[in-house]
Amino acid sequence: MIEMLLGMLSTLLIGLGCIFCLIGALGLLRMPNFITRTHAASLIDSLGAILILSGLILEAGLSLITIKLLFILAFLLLTGPTAIHALVNTAINEEPKQITGDDK
Amino acid sequence: MIAAALVAIMIVMLIALIRTCIGPSLFDRILAINTFSTATVLMISLYGFFNQRPEFLDIAIVYAMINFIGTVALLKLHRFDDLGHDGDET
Repeated sequence: MIEMLLGMLSTLLIGLGCIFCLIGALGLLRMPNFITRTHAASLIDSLGAILILSGLILEAGLSLITIKLLFILAFLLLTGPTAIHALVNTAINEEPKQITGDDK
Repeated sequence: MIAAALVAIMIVMLIALIRTCIGPSLFDRILAINTFSTATVLMISLYGFFNQRPEFLDIAIVYAMINFIGTVALLKLHRFDDLGHDGDET
């Protein structure tokens, strides 16, 4: 009973994570300028990674694999927003005109 | 379910590659490469579970570290024209 419930929950989490990743990728392709594309890409870095790795944690059960998955999750959550912040900071300092306009 | 997730992550990687090719500015390309690497970490984790070989998670940890260091190194090279710069603004 409890295994079935955990399996259903992990399937739900992985599916939701995939949907968020696809929405983020669509935004990365279709958004009009650099700042909005950054917004869409950070969706993959934060929510997509959280949901998919949480689903894998529920699938794995309690073992060393869980620790490794938690490590990957913590590392992605620390580095993803940091990298995107550094990217936008550099972009605003270097070329403020180029990145804010509609560049289609 | 994990196979469907693998297909979805592959679509994300494909879109990131398209944005890398057409991205108008350099920063769009760096952003797309960063997204591609995050999707690679997720795909390696999912592939380990898909093949019943969760040892692949070690590779995913290393890839996450390489991704972050690579992005920051590219940005530093672009801003200071020197990887060994000490980071002062002026």
